[in-house]
Amino acid sequence: MRDDTTVTPMIRLTRVSYDIGITKILTDVSLDLAPGKPTLLLGPNGSGKTTLLKLLMGLLTPTSGAISNTRDLRKAFVFQKPVMLKRSVAANIAFALSATKRDASQATISSLLRRVGLEHLHDRPARKLSGGEQQRLAIARALALNPMLLLLDEPTASLDPTATKAIEDIITSAANDGVKIIMATHDLGEARRLAGDIIFLARGRLGEHTPSPNFFTRPSTPDAQHFLAGDLII
Amino acid sequence: MRAPFLDFASAIQLLINGDATLGAIVKLSLLVTLSATALAALIGMPLGALVALTRFKGRSAVIVILNGLMGLPPVVVGLLVFLTLSRSGPLGTLGLLFTPTAMVAAQAILITPIIAALSRQVIEDLWTEYEPEFAALHIGTRQRITALLWDSRFSLITILLAGFGRAAAEVGAVMIVGGNIDGFTRVMTTSIALETSKGNLPLALSLGMILIAIIMIVNALAWSVRQWAERHAG
Repeated sequence: MRDDTTVTPMIRLTRVSYDIGITKILTDVSLDLAPGKPTLLLGPNGSGKTTLLKLLMGLLTPTSGAISNTRDLRKAFVFQKPVMLKRSVAANIAFALSATKRDASQATISSLLRRVGLEHLHDRPARKLSGGEQQRLAIARALALNPMLLLLDEPTASLDPTATKAIEDIITSAANDGVKIIMATHDLGEARRLAGDIIFLARGRLGEHTPSPNFFTRPSTPDAQHFLAGDLII
Repeated sequence: MRAPFLDFASAIQLLINGDATLGAIVKLSLLVTLSATALAALIGMPLGALVALTRFKGRSAVIVILNGLMGLPPVVVGLLVFLTLSRSGPLGTLGLLFTPTAMVAAQAILITPIIAALSRQVIEDLWTEYEPEFAALHIGTRQRITALLWDSRFSLITILLAGFGRAAAEVGAVMIVGGNIDGFTRVMTTSIALETSKGNLPLALSLGMILIAIIMIVNALAWSVRQWAERHAG
């Protein structure tokens, strides 16, 4: 396990479990998440990545265990398939801004759209955008909340390399601006490119939480070794 | 018996000449139907939104009843309003029977369930779609309701137009509660029934043409609203 004794964690999970009926989705997950480079969540389908993100966001409540945040931690979430409001691109941003005390002026909206490279689509109906553009707008909407912690659930799933690169650039830029990113992905290449540290989940349990280079060069659990080798983990 | 084409020619002549009787009947018909639609919207839309956005015991039964009432037989509605407003009925003292007000009430009762049930469906579908994003964006209850109504606006307008069309084409209820009194409660549908039975086919045909034109215009409006919405709001 990673030892973050030198950095105060933003979020601490203590023996967190989440069940749906008799099905255990997550079991006894304990970890600290500290500010800094992006944390990437890896694991096969059904390993509990999305559930962990939703628990971190507060969209789900743990069945047992505890999640403690630093005070006034502003969080935002981007879904794998974000829903665009039936409005223009700019109106989607304005809607998110209206949920905060932030200024919803055209200048703020344009600045957020510029940040994700969508300024030229300002007046376009949001639902007419391509998948990659919708994902960028969803990130801009999340950034409108001025988050300290941004949770992303496979934002590049089913996007082409160009759209993926655009999203990764936005994520890197947000991380450089001091936003802590926690992101689920299936893409090992993406994890190598972006991650400061890796959380590896398998069958609802925490396999590893380790700096990214360690994970890719010396995975310590058999499940992680199989996952990196491309084997099926059932 | 006159040749049908002669009746058509006379009907068109009446339309071209702007027959005063015809004008009065059309004016009253529009006044009654527009009032009934407005009244039904005031009751039906908030009722639909309330059922869509709240969870309470017996909600499923309410939805089934609302959906079932969409098929209310007009003559039954007319009979019930007649019994309510007749001299010995609970609201008999108001003296509203055989007045345009009674006709407005009958039409409103007929189309309120249509507006409420369809509004409920539209708002609930959008709510299901938006709910996770609203939670992630920390959107408050008031802002959620406002956003749902605003983003459903084009569908709600279409529902209103459908209600208007149903009310405008209705004959049974207004015949019973209005009495089809010449110059007072005679509307297009009741006039068509009466004039046909009297053999005055030119007037019946001209009213029929106007009624069909109104229904067509309403449907064209609904179609245009939908097209505009898809182009501009997505």
